[in-house]
Formats: sequence, structure tokens, C-alpha cells
Amino acid sequence: MSTTKTKGGEFLIKETNAQDIFIPEQWNEEQLMMKKTCDDFIDQEVLPILDRIDSQEVGLMPSLMEKAGELGLLGVSVPEALGGMGADFVTSMLTTEALGAGYSAAVAFSAHTGIGTLPILYYGNEEQKKKYIPKLASGEWKACYCLTEPSSGSDANSGKTTAKLTADGKHYILNGQKMWITNGGFADIFTVFAKIDDDKNLSAFIVEKEFGGISLNPEEHKMGIKGSSTRQVFFNECKVPVENLLSERENGFKIAVNILNIGRIKLAGAAIGGSKRAATQSIKYANERIQFERPISKYGAIRYKLAEQAIRIFASESATYRASQNMEDAIHELIAGGMEKAKATLKGIEQFAVEAAILKVHGSETLDYVADEGVQIYGGMGYSAEAPMDRIYRDSRINRIFEGTNEINRLLIVDMILKRAMKGELDLMGPAQKVANELVGIPEFSEPDDTLFAYEKKLIANFKKAILLTAGGAVQKLMTSLSKEQEVIMNIANMAIETYVAESTLLRVEKMVSMKGEASCEVQLAIARSYINSACDKIWIEGKEALNSFAEGDELRMMLIGLKRYTKQEPFNAKAARQTVAQALIAENKYCF
Amino acid sequence: MKILVPISNVPDTTSKISFANNDTEFNKSGITFILNPYDEWYALVRAMELKESGKAEKVTLIHVGLADSEPTIRKGFALGADDGVRIDGEGDAYFVAEQVSNYAKENGYDLIMAGKETINYNGSSVGALIAGFLDYPFVSLATKLDVEGTTATLEQDIDGGTQIVEAQLPLVISCAKGMAEQRIPNMKGIMAARTKPLTIVAAGQNNNFTNVKSFALSAGRTTCKMIDENNMDELVQLLHTEAKVI
Ligand SMILES: Cc1cc2nc3c(=O)[nH]c(=O)nc-3n(C[C@H](O)[C@H](O)[C@H](O)COP(=O)(O)OP(=O)(O)OC[C@H]3O[C@@H](n4cnc5c(N)ncnc54)[C@H](O)[C@@H]3O)c2cc1C
Repeated sequence: MSTTKTKGGEFLIKETNAQDIFIPEQWNEEQLMMKKTCDDFIDQEVLPILDRIDSQEVGLMPSLMEKAGELGLLGVSVPEALGGMGADFVTSMLTTEALGAGYSAAVAFSAHTGIGTLPILYYGNEEQKKKYIPKLASGEWKACYCLTEPSSGSDANSGKTTAKLTADGKHYILNGQKMWITNGGFADIFTVFAKIDDDKNLSAFIVEKEFGGISLNPEEHKMGIKGSSTRQVFFNECKVPVENLLSERENGFKIAVNILNIGRIKLAGAAIGGSKRAATQSIKYANERIQFERPISKYGAIRYKLAEQAIRIFASESATYRASQNMEDAIHELIAGGMEKAKATLKGIEQFAVEAAILKVHGSETLDYVADEGVQIYGGMGYSAEAPMDRIYRDSRINRIFEGTNEINRLLIVDMILKRAMKGELDLMGPAQKVANELVGIPEFSEPDDTLFAYEKKLIANFKKAILLTAGGAVQKLMTSLSKEQEVIMNIANMAIETYVAESTLLRVEKMVSMKGEASCEVQLAIARSYINSACDKIWIEGKEALNSFAEGDELRMMLIGLKRYTKQEPFNAKAARQTVAQALIAENKYCF
Repeated sequence: MKILVPISNVPDTTSKISFANNDTEFNKSGITFILNPYDEWYALVRAMELKESGKAEKVTLIHVGLADSEPTIRKGFALGADDGVRIDGEGDAYFVAEQVSNYAKENGYDLIMAGKETINYNGSSVGALIAGFLDYPFVSLATKLDVEGTTATLEQDIDGGTQIVEAQLPLVISCAKGMAEQRIPNMKGIMAARTKPLTIVAAGQNNNFTNVKSFALSAGRTTCKMIDENNMDELVQLLHTEAKVI
């Protein structure tokens, strides 16, 4: 759909045209109907039985998955020839968002359709796909993904599970222990990562429960998502036919990484779905709860929270669908170039792995913010297990841990950007040099441009310069030791996250204004400006901390002056902007953007 | 057996209702329209069940309305209807029923299943009017329906119980709660919806016998009043003076 081709990570150095991004205001009738089906499923089949789900009533989650399968919800991204819907990637993001409001069921569904199904769909050979995918898409078979081990979590390639070829060459014998396996309690199909002989890298295997040699520990007692099955899985002389090796020997780690790229953006989508519903509950409660003879939604302290919930959700959503469409376009382009669809999907998404990591962090932290303030808005009832915020708060927390912890994702954001720069895929050096020159040059005093968005665009362009200044300085000063200076990497990652999300929010509102006119986008303008305002302050703090840690003397002073210049804003009344947002929410009595 | 299901396009139940043009028109701006639940959950879903059990060979939707209501027709397609007709015009119940009947007369249907009412105007008259125009028997407010050959067996709620009636096809019925369970359209159905044939027919003679002069909102429910449990006198007082029930 874009007129100009966008590359992953390029937002750091390139301006994007608002008309080139996809925004949620562009969903078509069919996509919205699909979303409605997912919403109805959550409302009718999941929400009325949350307590039963959380008590892990035997057979309940599998039967829910079968119902979801009947509606086609488990096969949205599976091609029609394999029993799915063959929907495009952005559409699958929308259904993911809607189902993301399903608490433990959302985790079970996404583990099944994501890490459970996709390795086979994208890396399986024809026989493997024909044998497994249709039954996974229909929900007849349930899937899980066994990567993590007691001693191998973030360091996923260090697993100790082994696979040995039998003397007759017909089977691999798997031995080892896996941990934290979602859907482990009832799964029929296990994608298992193990090392063959003394290999350095993991290989992946499709293992059927029926093969034998699989045993399970009891359910883990967890803080939240109590209805989601999480087990330790033991492989004891588990005999796997050689034809069930997935892809090639030692290709397992690559599979894990590529599937995680998809998992990360999907997690962001699911978090948006959960956040919207939690925000709606917060608004309704604030409108109903009377203290000092007025609904608490009349109080500024509460309005601040309602507005900030919505601002962050809107921002996260803007960035998520912008990246989703970029991925979609990249996939289509690769297919047009002759690449096979499965491979093109992986490659297209991999191109935007930086964005996927950004979104994973931002989506999960937005959900946690919304949940946390939701508890606060509910007051004592927020702390009651009888009211909804208790479950929302506990269930949201896992999202910052799985699919790569948020620390690992922050490390990855910077690592991937620098690697791409090193490989020449992303020209950071040129723009960084320009920023360095600008620092010693005379500041330009151009006439202020009063046209709509000109000021905000200038701010966003400056954020990018702030990143180039900080990251450029860090690379120059710390050289190869940068990878050990994790605090600095976290600073740079946070600057990149805020910049990408702020820019996406602005582009969305700019496109909305071009579609509907400025007058009907007044609240969205307040959202975008408010987000950019906070982002600007955050970028200043993160940049300053980084610079102070590795530079000194005159050089430090000069860099700080530069950073200050790039994070300089005109006075902005954030209180008034949040009031505008809160009033719209209160009037609609729901999250309404 | 060929089934015709007349459907209507109504505001979502959570819509904020307001009026335009000096309270003479319903204000459509910002309103989400849906397939009338009685037409969808009861009439159409039961029609689909009859088709799935092999008793009906085809389910056709018919709607009298303007082009902006086509998404609602496609929602009906997503639920499984085979094809649809939109008669391009707007009017009162008499007008709608006359248009539907004209179409039904030309195309021959064995069973016409309407919802018991629409959730916007709650007129409850279209089904009966269609039966009148076609000179077919009419069973209103049916809560159950089965068909064997050309005989339909229906259940209706009556005061304190139910009655079972039998009627011969061709037949018009209006469907009420109990007839079927709400269905969520599945992904396949949604994707198939855009390929199903929708015929657009010009409206015939414009016989409108009623005209809305103005709309007004009801006062609505007042808020709940809490009374201290030790203050029975106040309760009695309020029941007498405000609620006027004692
Ligand atoms: C409910 C639940 C469901 C799960 N489902 C699955 C599943 O279905 N399949 C599966 O394979 N796994 C699953 N996991 C595992 C999950 O992916 C891991 O827990 C996660 O990757 C973190 O690994 P860990 O628990 O070993 O933590 P560690 O790796 O021990 O991390 C501990 C802390 O150290 C930090 N840290 C680690 N390494 C570094 C580093 N290099 N630099 C800086 N900080 C670092 C982490 O960010 C974290 O804060 C699940 C986990 C949970 C809790």
C-alpha cells in the first residue's frame, strides 16, 4: 500500500509520509466483522466463565479452544489449503487484538496459534504441514512450544535437552527437561528444541504426545493467568521419527528467533486488546463511583489517569498497526519477487524485527500501566478479588517476561540497529556525522512554520537527532565495550521506543485529519501532542543519563547542549490536553478511539 | 423448501438516541447499525438450521432500504444465507411489507420468517402485513418451528403456558425468543459473504400511509434512592408520596 518502500529500523533516519502508513481508522467492513466475531466470542464464551477457567477445570480450556477452532479463530493466518482462512498479516493482528482481551484463554490461544503452530507452518515440509496444520487450525489438536529449560531461559540456545539418532537411523531419542510450557497440560503436539549430539546450535522436532516418553509435572502455581496451563515437561527416551525433524539440523535457534519476531508484535496487539477493555472498565467505574457527592470521574487526579491510559493505548496501537502494514508490504514485495509465501512471511517480518521488539516492550508496559492505574481508580475495589481489576492486574504482568523479557528486547533493539548499521543496511553514519557537525555549527534560526503538524514534525526529527547524538557518542566513546554497558543500551532503547511510538501517533493523527478534517480530530490531536510532550521529556532524561555516564568535560557539555536543543519544546499545557481526552472518554463511557 | 427472511437494519442497543430536523428525524450520525436481533438470532438462525438439516434448500434475505444498509445484509450472508435482495426504498411498515410481498409473489417462497419486531420502532406489523398481501396463513410470536413435508408445527407462548399449532406451507411466521440460539458468524462465513449474490431491485409504488410528526425521548429511569435500614418511616413516606404505590 505504501508508495515508497520502507525498511526496518529506518524510522531513525528517515521521515515517513503519513499517507504511507496504515491506521486503524482504515479497517474495512470484512475485517471489522472478523473482529466482532472475536469480541463476541470473548464476551459470550470466555468472560462469563473466568473463575472456572482460572480454577483449571479439567477439559474446559481444550473445549474452549475447540469452540474457537469451529469459528475459525485458530486458523486466521493459516492458508486455506491447510484448513485456515488465509487472512493477511494485518487482519490477523486485528483478530489477535480482539482475542487478547481473553485473560488466560488469550494466552492459551496465542501460544497455540503462534509458537505452537507457526514453526510447523513456516518451517515444516509439505508432509509435515499436511499432517499437522489442518488439525491445529481446527483445534482438534492442541500445541505447545518447548524451548525454555530450568537453566536456559533468556539464554535460549544454551539448552541441555539432547537428541540422539538411533543405530538404525530411523529415530531421534530425546532426553531432557523443559520448563514453563504453556498449554503443556493438554497439548497433543510439542515443538521441542534440543541439541543433536554435540551440536553448538539447537534443532527443532515435532513431537506427538502419542510417541510416548513424555511426562508432566503438576501445574505451576502462578501470580496470574492462572487458567493457562503451565507445566514442566520431561522427555525420557522419547522416540521421535527422523522425518519429524523440523527444517534442518542446527536450524532450531533461528526458528526460535524468527517465530519470536512474530510473537512479539502479536503480543503488542493482544496487549492493546486487553488494555482497551481495562480502560473501558476504569472509565465506567469512575463514572459510577460517587465520593464527596460527585462521580470520581469529575476529579482531576482521576481524569489524569483515564486520559493517560487512553493516550498510551492510542499511541501503542498507532505504532503496532503501522509496523504490521510495513511487514505486510514487505511480505508482498518478497512474494512478488518470486519468494515462496512462508519464507516471505518470515523474511518480511524479520525486516521489522527492531519495530517488533519496540512494540513488545511498549505494548506490555502500556498494559501494565493501564492495569495499575485501573486498580487505583477502583480504590479498595481494585484490591478486591470480587472486582475485575484484580485479575487484570495479575494477568497483565507476565507480558513483560515472556516472548523475551523486556530487558532482552531492549538489548535487542539497540543490538539489531547497530548490526544493521555495521552491515551497511542502515546508514546511521552519515546522519550521525551530520548531527555531530550541527553541534559545532551555528544553530539555525529559521522562520517558525505555523502549518498544522510542522512544529510536531520538527520535534520528532529532533528526537531522531537526539538518538543519533547519544548512540553515536556511545559507539565512539565505548567502542566494543558498549555491549557491556547495558544501562546506556537501555537509555538508547528507551529513546528509540519513545521516538517510534510518538512518530507513529503523529502520523496516524495527520492521516486522520486528512481523512476527516481537523475539527473532528480535536481529541486525537490532544492525544498526539500529549504523547509527544511526554516522550520529549523522557528522551531528554534518557539521553542525559547516557551522556553523563560516558563523556566528560567540554565534550560532555557540548553534547548536553545539543541534546537540550533537540529536546526543546514550546510551552505545552499537558493538563488541558488530558482534560480534553478525559472528557471524551467520560462522555462516551468507554475507550472510544 | 425455499425460505425468505426479511431483515431490518437497526441502531445498536447501546446507541445514544437523538433527533434532528426539529425532532422529526432520527439522527443517524455516529450510530452503529446492526442486523435486527429478532431477525438475526431467531428467524435467520432457525432458517439456517432448517437448511443444515436438509429441510430447506435455500435461504434468501430480503431488505427494504437504502445502500447504506448493505453491510447488514452481508452480516446475514456471513451467518450463512445464500443470497439476498435489497429493495431500494424507504417507508413505513405497509410500504415495506408491500415491497417484500411483491418480490415474494414473483419468486415463490414456501416459508417467510420475520422477526417478531424491530428493536427500534417495535412495530410488530410487517410479518402480518406480508401474510395479508400474500393471502398466506400467519403465525405470530412463534418460539419453536419444525417442518415436515408441507406441514409446519409451531409453538407459541400464551398466558401461563404454551400452545402448539400446525399450519400448511406456504406460510408467514414471526419469530420470538426461544426459536434458536444466537450464533457468532465464523471466519469462513465472513470471508464468503462478499461473494454471495445481492440483487438490487427498484421499489415499486410508494404507498406510505403514516408519517412521523415528531419524536421525543422518554424521561428515562431515575436514579436509585438509598434509605437507611433504620429509617422505615422515610421509606413508607416515600412509597406514599413519591412512588404513590401505598
Ligand atoms: C507463564 C509463563 C509461560 C511461559 N511459556 C513458555 C512457553 O510456552 N514455552 C517456552 O519455551 N517458554 C515459556 N516461558 C518461559 C519464558 O520465555 C522465560 O521465563 C523467559 O524467557 C525468561 O527466562 P527465565 O525465566 O529463565 O529468566 P532469566 O533468563 O533467568 O532472567 C532473569 C532476569 O535477568 C534478566 N536477564 C537475563 N539475561 C540477561 C542479560 N543478558 N542481560 C540483562 N538482563 C538479563 C532478565 O531480563 C530477567 O529480568 C514461559 C514463562 C512463563 C512465566
